[in-house]
Amino acid sequence: MLGLSLDQLRADMNRLLAILFHQGVLDEQFLQLQQLQDESSPNFVSEVVNIYFHESEKLLRNLRALLVDRELSDYKKMGIHLNQLMGSSSSIGAQRVRNVCIAFRAASDHNNRPGCLRALELLEYEYCYLKNKLHELFQIEQQRMLAAAVRYPAPQQHLNNPQG
Amino acid sequence: MGMAATDDQFHVLAVDDSLIDRKLIERLLKTSSFQVTTVDSGSKALEFLGWHGNEINMFSEATISPNNHQELEVNLVITDYCMPGMTGYDLLKKIKESAFLRDIPVVIMSSENVPSRITRCLEEGAEEFFLKPMKLSDVNKLRPHMMRTRFKNDSIENGKPENEEKQENEEIITTGEVDLEMQQIQTAQSLQQQASQSNNDNNKRKSMEEGLSPDRTRPRYSDLTVMSN
Repeated sequence: MLGLSLDQLRADMNRLLAILFHQGVLDEQFLQLQQLQDESSPNFVSEVVNIYFHESEKLLRNLRALLVDRELSDYKKMGIHLNQLMGSSSSIGAQRVRNVCIAFRAASDHNNRPGCLRALELLEYEYCYLKNKLHELFQIEQQRMLAAAVRYPAPQQHLNNPQG
Repeated sequence: MGMAATDDQFHVLAVDDSLIDRKLIERLLKTSSFQVTTVDSGSKALEFLGWHGNEINMFSEATISPNNHQELEVNLVITDYCMPGMTGYDLLKKIKESAFLRDIPVVIMSSENVPSRITRCLEEGAEEFFLKPMKLSDVNKLRPHMMRTRFKNDSIENGKPENEEKQENEEIITTGEVDLEMQQIQTAQSLQQQASQSNNDNNKRKSMEEGLSPDRTRPRYSDLTVMSN
């Protein structure tokens, strides 16, 4: 028997979303994404978010590689990566990640290496937090889909009416 | 307006170098019942539109309709502003400078609210300028631009009297190669174009836009100033 009911799972999902909105981790753009998901495109949100994870991790690696070079940090290239990360974060509603990018870009515009390093640490932290929470969200969503797909007859009826 | 049938569906060409934004705009457009093609650069967009750089080649084969050379008729181009190589603005310019493509409405998207950028695009002939991320309510604003162009094209084929918006597109660019194009357009179409005018093309289009609907530009500015990041 499946432990969690549809209602409970939906409540869990809503609670998690509420927390993330309250913390400013996600903004209303994420809701827009959810609204675009329907029967014709049932995995739209997870598809887009997975592309976001893939691209962001590449950009974060690039940013770290650029900063590690003490001799010549290519701030212009950093700016390009940051614009990309800012844009995609904005597109999926990853508000806190986007805001850290803005601060990071300001530091890179001033060739401020220590400021950039601090911003990168914060960016990596925020990104990890976002990724974990979204994975949690998708797990709940998957359980919901499983729970909805399984149809059991209500057990009480069989017990009360053995003759059928 | 009887647009329910699938062959009457509008076809939008979306241009953006970001994969995520392409997915998003595609979904937004499909949800609004548009046919969508996405490309990741301005040059691919021009390729898709059938623009080959030297437009005389297009007309060396006798064509009845300029749209024969496009894979599929495009009713609107929506493009990101910031792209490597050819920007959305460059793409807009190329489309509006082409006698073959300039009737296609173009819409620009940008993640940054830069008033001078917005003005430049609108002056170059963009129908609208949207701030990213786009919403469904923004996509709903696209249909009127596509319907206006389709209605205008229908009236050309049916020989109906021209409306004032059509006048804008009958101006003649004063470059050498276009004289040959214009000859061929005139023989191909049933309606004759106006005789060439001496006015500078760009100024006239600008002043006509201002004269046509001064209200059109103002609401955009006031919408956009509210949305500053």
